[in-house]
This record gives sequence, structure tokens and C-alpha cells, in this order.
Amino acid sequence: MALLEINNLSVEFKTAHGAFRAVDGIDLAVEAGQVMAVVGESGSGKSVAMLALMGLLPWTATVSADSLTFDGWDMLALSPRARRRIIGKDLAMIFQEPMTSLNPCFTVGFQITESLKTHLGGTASERRARAVELLGLVGIPAPEKRLSAFPHQLSGGMNQRVMIAMAIACNPRLLIADEPTTALDVTIQAQILDLLLDLQKKTGMALVLITHDMAVVAETADAVSVQYAGQVVERDRVDSLFAAPRHPYTHALLKALPERATERHLPTIPGVVPGQFDRPKGCLFHPRCAFAGDLCRAEPPRLLADAQGRAARCHGPLDAAGQPTASRDLAERAAS
Amino acid sequence: MLSFLLRRVLLLIPTFLGVSVVAFGFIRVLPGDPIELLAGERSISPERHAELMARYGFDLPLWDQYLKFLTNLASGDLGTSFVTRRPVLDEFLTLFPATLELGLCAIVFAVAVGLPAGVLAGVKRRSWFDQTLMTVSLTGYSMPIFWLGLLAIMVFSGWLGLTPVSGRISVMYYFDNVTGFMLIDSLLSGQEGAFRSAAAHLILPTVVLGTIPMAVIARQTRSAMLEVLGEDYVRTARAKGLPPARVIGLHALRNALIPVVTTIGLQVGVLLAGAILTETIFSWPGIGKWMVDSISRRDYSVVQGGLLLIAAIVMLVNLTVDLLYGLINPRVRRR
Ligand SMILES: Nc1ncnc2c1ncn2[C@@H]1O[C@H](COP(=O)(O)OP(=O)(O)OP(=O)(O)O)[C@@H](O)[C@H]1O
Ligand SMILES: [Mg+2]
Repeated sequence: MALLEINNLSVEFKTAHGAFRAVDGIDLAVEAGQVMAVVGESGSGKSVAMLALMGLLPWTATVSADSLTFDGWDMLALSPRARRRIIGKDLAMIFQEPMTSLNPCFTVGFQITESLKTHLGGTASERRARAVELLGLVGIPAPEKRLSAFPHQLSGGMNQRVMIAMAIACNPRLLIADEPTTALDVTIQAQILDLLLDLQKKTGMALVLITHDMAVVAETADAVSVQYAGQVVERDRVDSLFAAPRHPYTHALLKALPERATERHLPTIPGVVPGQFDRPKGCLFHPRCAFAGDLCRAEPPRLLADAQGRAARCHGPLDAAGQPTASRDLAERAAS
Repeated sequence: MLSFLLRRVLLLIPTFLGVSVVAFGFIRVLPGDPIELLAGERSISPERHAELMARYGFDLPLWDQYLKFLTNLASGDLGTSFVTRRPVLDEFLTLFPATLELGLCAIVFAVAVGLPAGVLAGVKRRSWFDQTLMTVSLTGYSMPIFWLGLLAIMVFSGWLGLTPVSGRISVMYYFDNVTGFMLIDSLLSGQEGAFRSAAAHLILPTVVLGTIPMAVIARQTRSAMLEVLGEDYVRTARAKGLPPARVIGLHALRNALIPVVTTIGLQVGVLLAGAILTETIFSWPGIGKWMVDSISRRDYSVVQGGLLLIAAIVMLVNLTVDLLYGLINPRVRRR
């Protein structure tokens, strides 16, 4: 059994205009020690799905799933108390905005030792020593001195390092990094990613890396799950996905990578991710899909895996040459 | 930090001057002649009237009177009541402990009830508790103090006979004024029942005076809590697996307190204004009642001196709150 197993996870928000399904039947499996990338445009439900796992969604959210297990625990059935023994310890998460994710009223040292105290106990001096060690581990110079710093006295990159130190304080088995570099300077982004991967290798923890950036996925991940409008549209190992994407959305994402561009201007995907009010009939991607046919406009496709376990949610997945394999015409399908 | 303090203190000077103009002017724009009021029923001859006007300096042009007020002030002289003939400062110092005791009790009451209620309402947003509290606090906030005071006296003293109506302690007790605080002095006196009596006398005025600050603090705490609970760092605290009591009581509350402390500081002015009415209703011998009595007697020096002292207290408290603000908000501290 995988370390993390999510089957058919859905999250619905109560809004002023009725219910909104931000996550729509997502599956995800992460093995111990694996680096899993989750990619997709803004609004595709990446954060919400992970927050559902952590139990961090606001009261307006309704979470349902066939299974949501971490390390053998059924996270939906756990009491809040039992769940709190797991999150922050074996299952940790860091967020997109380092500058607002740390409490401005408390020192860095306080916030790190607080995690240690909650989950591991120990004496105050042991915790302090461990906090210094952690700050050193995440590459913060003069860690002893930084313990008494407040978050506003540190840069965004430094704060993200502190967040990472806090998250790995109790040696988690899985770390979820939700776009950990999006809010940072480009030069700092690479450093933070390197740090995360370095820590992942050193500690053997699994890492779920949420990102917009296909280039990051190529460099870091073992496997990748591509999300679109609350659904998984493609799931594959990184090497085969990059060699030959099967879903037109992934295909378009890859074409938008600078090193793969064949023209002077980077190709972009026209249109935007459908929101609460403009969810189309049929395949959710069809209004933006270059290959859409009648079938795509009429019937939602299912996520189907091929013989190699490569899964795509498409009526006619692309072949290695980037051409549709099956007919997307409703009439033809009816005839056959 | 020192230069910050110095700048704040220097900034007080113009404010203080402005207040002195208002204090000086306020009593003089009221109709009524102090000498005639002093004479009371007996009419006074025009010569005697002119003589008294000259004695107290009321015949001088206003500008000269004001300058004299200021120069006396500079030498620490706030003037003398021409009704009791005691120095204004002495009277103030005699009466102030009564107001301070009432004010402290009221603010403690307001914070002790308003803060937890606001936190709970923020956490349990839209629950029956939240909605009840918001309705009650709005009512409390909009209810005129004298009306609330009379209502309280009617219900608790009249119908239920639970609390005394006026004064600081039952006339049965008499003891020396050591600290000026009746609660402490009654304990020091060792007389049986004295403390109970003092406490019983405090209850209604405390509640009446504390109601508006309590309502304001509860609402401010609630909205600060609501804002803070949506912040990323609260999510981080939850993600660490901390128990809800710690997430709310430490991580959220500590941040929510920052605006609330400012609000509490501002309530001191509200409290002193409210004390004037509350003390009058409950015959509480403090500076509020003193001011009202002196205004109706047109005791010019008492009113202008007293107002100035009250304003000085408010300014001092606000300065303290600003410094306190730096203590609880690390982002201001190291500037
Ligand atoms: N508390 C909420 N109430 C209502 N809708 C929400 C809430 N949180 C998120 N959503 C909606 O859910 C959808 C998915 O949001 P989510 O934050 O998971 O996207 P994302 O894939 O993480 O995007 P990004 O890359 O911008 O972080 C969005 O349309 C968002 O507006
Ligand atoms: Mg997100």
C-alpha cells in the first residue's frame, strides 16, 4: 500500500451562489520516498485537494472521498485529536506565501520549538539545540542568532527556509510543498527547490511538489499528476510524460516550455480554466483543445490507463507523434 | 526608542495648549454670572458685584484672563475654587481616587467580559452566541448612560433590593482614608462587613459605566479575531497539529490584540466622559460629579482646572497605550 492514497476525492464549497466543486474526483498515490509533482493552472484545485488531506479547509468546504489514507490511517475517519498527532509530525506542509505564513508576533525560534514541543516533547534546551540544527540544515547562516529574529526581519527566501525547517522538524514521512517558490525572486527559487530536493534525498521522505512550472517538474519529480479544473487529466512517470504526453492539455503545457518552443513566441493555451459558472458540458478542456470533436463536446471522458499504467482523461489520447489516436467524432463512434 | 518617546511627549504640547483653550472657554460661553450664583438668593449690590468681579479677575479682558491662567499653570497653580476656597488641585486629588476606583473596576469589567465574549463570537461566527452578543452589544452601545443607570437602579435596587442606590459605602462604616480606594481602605479598617458594603456599592456603577467600553471591546475583538483567523499563519499553526485552544488563544489572539489594545486605550476617554453621568446618577463622590456640580455653580477655576487635568490624564493614558502597542507588536518595536 502506498504511503498516501487518495481515491475519488471531491471538495465542494458553499458559496453565495450555490455549491462549487473545486476538486472533482481526484486520485493520487504517493509511495514512500517518492517525489510526486502536481501541476496545473491556477484554480485547478491543487491546493484545495492537499488542504483537504491536511484537514485545513474552512467550514464552508465539504470533503468526500472513497479513500483518503496516509500511512494506513483513514484521514477522514480520524478524530480531530488523532489527526493532530499526525499532521505537523508525519505529514507536514509548507505554503506559497512565506511572508504571511509565519506568525509576525513570535520569534522564529519559538515557532520552530513549538512544533517540537507539541509532537516530540523533550527539554527546552534539547528543543533549542534541535532548532539550531534545523536552521543550519535549511542553510540559514548564524542559526543561533536567527532564533530570536522575528519573521519581518528576514527576507522571503529566509522565511521559506524557516517554514521548511519547521515542517521537517519532526522528520515527516511526507512533505507537501504548495508552490513553495512562487512568491520568491527567480534567483532564490532555484535555491529553495534544491534545498527541498536535497532534504528529500537526505531524509528519504516523500515529497508532493505543487507547481505551475513544467521545467521544475522535469528536473525534480519521479511522477507527475496533471490537474485541470478540479480533475486529474493525466498521470504518468516523468520521463515518459515528457517524452510523449497523452493529454492535449499536457501537450500544450509542454509546448509552452521555452526550451521546447519552435517559434519565436512561446505558444500559450487560449482561454482560461472554467470556474464556478462556466463549466462546459462534455470534456472540461474541450473549449481550449485543438483536437476537440463532437464527442468531446457531448460526453465527459473518463481517466483511463493504458497497458503501461499511463493514465489520461481524453476521448482520443495523443500518440508519440502528438496526434490523436481515436476518433473524436460522435457519429463515427455511434457507427462503430 | 528614547527619541520616539521624546517626540511623542513633544507632540503633546500643542494638544495640551488646545485643550487649555477649550477648558478655559467652555465655562465662559455658558450663560450665567458666577458672582450672582455665588450670592444665591440674596441679591447683591452693583458695587459689591464689581468688587468681587475685580477680586477674581473676571473684569479683565478674556485674553488677559487666559494668559494669567496659563502663567499660573506654568508655575503649577491651577487656581482656587471660589466656592470652597480650596486649591483646585487639592480638591482634585481628594476626589480622584473615587473616580479611579470606579474607572478601573469598569475597565476591568469591560475587558474581562468583552474580550472573551468577542473571541468566542469570532470563533463561533454566526452561532446563536455570536448573534446574541452582537445584538446585546449594539443595544448596550446605543443605550444612553443615564437611562441605563436609572433602569439598573429601578430593577436591582428598587424591585430586587439587591444593591445600594448611591454613595461609595454604607454610612454605618467610618474609617480613615488611607489609599482613597474604598475597597482597600475598607479591608484595612478591619471592620466587619465594610468591604462587602463597598463592593456592593461598586457593582451597579461599574456595570453602568463599563457597558459601552465592553460593547466596543467585544465588537472590536470579534472583528479582529475574524480577520486574523483567515490569516496564513493561523493555517500554519493548524498545520503544525497544535490544539485549537493554542491556535486561537495564542497564535490568533496575540495578533488580534494589537488593534484591541488601541481600542481599550481609547475607551479611557469614553470612560471619563461616562463617569460624569454615572457619578451623578449614583451620587459617587468623584471628579465627574465634582465637575457637574462646579459647572452648575459656575465655579470657573474648578471647571477649567478640572477639565485640563482630566484631559491630561487621557493624553497620558493614550501615550502609555502607544508605548504598550510597541511591546505587543514586534513590527513597531525596532524602528
Ligand atoms: N475557501 C474557498 N471558498 C470558495 N472557493 C474556494 C475556496 N478556496 C478555493 N476556492 C476555489 O477553488 C478553486 C481551486 O482553488 P485552488 O486554490 O486549489 O487552486 P490552485 O490549483 O491551488 O491554484 P493556484 O495555482 O493559484 O494556487 C478555485 O477556483 C478557488 O477559487
Ligand atoms: Mg494553490
